[in-house]
Amino acid sequence: MAFLELTNLEKVFGANRVVTDFSLGIEKGEFVSLLGPSGCGKTTVLRMVAGFETPSSGSIRIDGQDVTGQRTNQRAIGMMFQAYALFPNMTVADNVAFGLKVKGVPRDEREARVAEMLRLIGLPDLGSRFPFQLSGGQQQRVALARALAPRPRVLLLDEPLSALDAKVRVSLRNEIREIQRELGITTIFVTHDQEEAMSISDRIVVMNGGIAEQAGAPFEIYNNPRTRFVAGFVGTLNMFAATVEAPEQGLLTIAGQRVALARGEIAARHGDTVTLALRPEAIQLGRAEGREVVIPATIEEVHFLGSVIRVRARVMDTMVALDTFNRPDQPPPSIGSTAEISFSPRDVILLP
Amino acid sequence: MTRFLAWTAFLLGVLYFLLPLVGMTEFSLKMRRGEYSFDAYRRVFEDQRFWDTFGYSLTLAGATIIFGILLVVPTAYWVRLKLPQARPIIEFITLLPLVIPAIVIVFGYIRLYNTSSILPLTGSSLGTDVLLTMGYATLALPYMYRAVDTGLRTIDVATLTEAAQSLGAGWITILARIILPNVLVAVLSGAFLTLAIVIGEFTMAALLNRPAFGPFMQLLGANRAYEPPALAVIAFAITWGCMGLIQLVTRFSKHERAKV
Repeated sequence: MAFLELTNLEKVFGANRVVTDFSLGIEKGEFVSLLGPSGCGKTTVLRMVAGFETPSSGSIRIDGQDVTGQRTNQRAIGMMFQAYALFPNMTVADNVAFGLKVKGVPRDEREARVAEMLRLIGLPDLGSRFPFQLSGGQQQRVALARALAPRPRVLLLDEPLSALDAKVRVSLRNEIREIQRELGITTIFVTHDQEEAMSISDRIVVMNGGIAEQAGAPFEIYNNPRTRFVAGFVGTLNMFAATVEAPEQGLLTIAGQRVALARGEIAARHGDTVTLALRPEAIQLGRAEGREVVIPATIEEVHFLGSVIRVRARVMDTMVALDTFNRPDQPPPSIGSTAEISFSPRDVILLP
Repeated sequence: MTRFLAWTAFLLGVLYFLLPLVGMTEFSLKMRRGEYSFDAYRRVFEDQRFWDTFGYSLTLAGATIIFGILLVVPTAYWVRLKLPQARPIIEFITLLPLVIPAIVIVFGYIRLYNTSSILPLTGSSLGTDVLLTMGYATLALPYMYRAVDTGLRTIDVATLTEAAQSLGAGWITILARIILPNVLVAVLSGAFLTLAIVIGEFTMAALLNRPAFGPFMQLLGANRAYEPPALAVIAFAITWGCMGLIQLVTRFSKHERAKV
């Protein structure tokens, strides 16, 4: 049995079923992200783990103990909120010490732990400041220290980076991951930002409409999406309609080009139309070695992003996005020009 | 032209409010024939009944404030956190003391809690004091509830509660250590308004026959000429002092400044 075990969780608000048959096992020290669009039920799952919502059915076990009916303050969890939620009437040190005081930890031990936590988050000298005297990033660091100080069994992160600016968000997410690894604390991270989820998670659970569409390592989720939703939600995807030529050999036709899928046989009949998907980085502008499929295209948009140039090209009736690295000796293509794009059948994802 | 009209309206307003006060204060200083003096004030302060009734009203004001805080803070917090749909009903109830005269409330009390009732509170001094405290708390309810509710509006009650719960805190800890300190200025505003109401209240104290400051002011007003305006000036000074204290507390509360 996993350290944190969610079994057949369901949550119904009136006539609205927000979470449906959600099961997940999280090992001790694992960092799992719940990823999905707004209203997919990811926050509700987190709030059920925290004890803020009572499941309509199903169970939650932490370290073998059934906590489904337990109140939040009995579950020994730590939580970070999007809105920081630091106590405005307390100094940074008092905020961090709050959970320890509630637990009845002796003063000496408490002070030592607070100092340790403030060192851990890199703010050892700000203990006497009030939250309003700190920046957003500093406040969220304090919130992390406060959540970790009482040594919780599970750390719950409810979109803690959403209110921060882009630069701070990246540095803080790396810090959170580092600290989580250092302490080996089991963590659930809720986010709608796929890049955030992929960059720091051991595993990602992609949620849609209250159900878990797919759970797996970021590499697995990105490269082998099991549903059309996962494929579309995680990363950018180009979709092509292809006609099945020889299903037993995985042979298809895209824009007049014959493509033999690397996976071989596909579950379709001759003449059926199937949807293929390609990531932008799998498509090359021009011909390239190892990319056997070459299709003519018209350049419609060029976006210079610094290290990467994103090109949008039209292939028959389909718009295709492709990424190419910026090279100073190779200027980007001009809009309206014709070009060839190429890809390898190995990179093609056959959508269900 | 608009500026001129605005200033005229402002000056008329100032005169409307200040002239009676100036007149009253001047009259209170005219006890000694032909010259200004503080004789009326001295006479008031020398009267033992002033100190007795003032002390009594102050004690009851303290009890009313404590009872009011214990009643209003958890109620307003709970309504905001768990029962937002009940807010219009609670607001209506808290406004009732403004439309029901104090005399109606006190007669209701006397009928319900007289010596032949199940709870004969009017049968003893302590019981009557308790009854009077409840009456004062009712009179102060509209001001106390609104002050606390406004204070709660300035903080994210739900998230702070959840944060405290996730750290192991129970309801009493949350109320005492998170919610109350964060609405302290609002609570103090309500408390000072309660103090001002209790100090000047006449009807309830007179009909329950308690030695409060309100009936003493009335008694003095019925028999003397210069002392009543002196007392009125003292009462005004207490009220304004309370308002000044509210401002002072707001200014010196460090974390409160962050909300401004």
